[in-house]
Amino acid sequence: MNKIIRYVMADILRNRIVLVYTVFLFITSFSMFSLEDNTSKGLLSLLNIILIIVPLVSIIFSTIYVYNSAEFIELLVSQPLKRKTIWLSLFTGLAGSLSLAFFIGAGIPVLLYQANTTGFMMIAMGVLLSIIFAAIAMLAVVKTRDKARGIGVAILLWLYFSLLFDGLVLFLLFQFADYPLEKPMIAVAAFNPVDLGRIMILIQMDISSMMGYTGAIFKDFFGTYTGVTFSFSLMLLWIVVPVWLSAYKFNRKDL
Amino acid sequence: MIIASNVSKKFGKLKALDNVSVTCNKGECIALIGPNASGKTTLIKTILGIVVQDSGFITFNGNNILHHWQYREQIGYMPQTGRYPDNMTIGHVLDMMKDIRGDKAILDEDLINAFELKALMNKRMRTLSGGTRQKVSASLAFLFSPSVLILDEPTAGLDPVASEILKEKIITENKMGRLILITSHILSELDDLITQVIYMQEGQVCFHKSIEELRADTGEEKLNKAIAHFMVKRLK
Repeated sequence: MNKIIRYVMADILRNRIVLVYTVFLFITSFSMFSLEDNTSKGLLSLLNIILIIVPLVSIIFSTIYVYNSAEFIELLVSQPLKRKTIWLSLFTGLAGSLSLAFFIGAGIPVLLYQANTTGFMMIAMGVLLSIIFAAIAMLAVVKTRDKARGIGVAILLWLYFSLLFDGLVLFLLFQFADYPLEKPMIAVAAFNPVDLGRIMILIQMDISSMMGYTGAIFKDFFGTYTGVTFSFSLMLLWIVVPVWLSAYKFNRKDL
Repeated sequence: MIIASNVSKKFGKLKALDNVSVTCNKGECIALIGPNASGKTTLIKTILGIVVQDSGFITFNGNNILHHWQYREQIGYMPQTGRYPDNMTIGHVLDMMKDIRGDKAILDEDLINAFELKALMNKRMRTLSGGTRQKVSASLAFLFSPSVLILDEPTAGLDPVASEILKEKIITENKMGRLILITSHILSELDDLITQVIYMQEGQVCFHKSIEELRADTGEEKLNKAIAHFMVKRLK
């Protein structure tokens, strides 16, 4: 398994797009921190960019990469290797190099300007989101045979997690404005890893008091150890479930 | 060695394999013959586990291949059209395969030398011609001295010299007791290679006979005439 991960990672890290992505994150992070005189404000601006860019790049790049590795996969499948090993190595290589790119591009500037819990939480969330969206991409690829359609599905999924989901939540909130929805909102957040990441970082930033009663409830829940463990395990679930489902599908796929 | 029992596979509505049962033993050299789209490649791919059958099962040395992926260590496969990662060089591909298949096997670099691939080691796979690609595929199939060789249209795209080298290699390997499965449309070149013939049509095995039997049945010495004889008889 390690051997294949090595080949995949070497191939991805040589890829120009990952390099451009890293440099882009690096420049954005530095400029965000130097634009604001207060580094916390800088971190907040960076947060919004990261929550959009990281999932987008992770899911699109992973989708295209797996489609382009069709030959490589075909070659490996006829060799004495378990299919599961091939698939998991591909995922590990992708997730590993995307996380590495995020860590170098955004992690290092954050550590330089904000080496505190908020900064660490931001790096952890960025890495987790990179992995989660690579996992979702693997599932999208294994389900669709056609490359163009697969990339379309990936873009739609990103759109859903980044924009549509929040719209739906807002719609629900307005429809049921007469009911106490603060606690169900915690459960709803579990269905979107991007929102989970955002809440985790915002709670650390101590600006939740500006979000009204819901913010207080969130702080009460996500601010505690149980809350942090809860959201971390949920995010792990967001990795494990898509990867497991895709590996199961891949095991029975005709190549 | 390889036993397929009642294997069926559908692609959508198309029945690619319809209740196929074949037995292949050590030391045989079997030609898989049939018109286009008769299921030859699908059969090969199910044996290799690249395509998963809908029903029926295949065993390799008594082990069901669905649960024992290790059996592929003993197979060398040359695909119809070898597809390789574009940005790898020939050297990279060979090194990677050696790395993956481990050090257990005795490396057989006869074909790499005979095809003079050493001089092309630094060429990227996307720049290769179809014939050179076939040479790489053939070299890879024979590289690990596997006990079973599965060759899908091995000589398609090879020049006469190269295909003669490959044929010689197939004959020597077969004499060493390896099981060889070949599909080909060029029947005349199979004449001096094979011991058995499997004829497929529309996903079904029409017959599985040794070459002597086939000659006796049809009264023809040459394989292409014998097969033609059979096809004509079927048409009537």
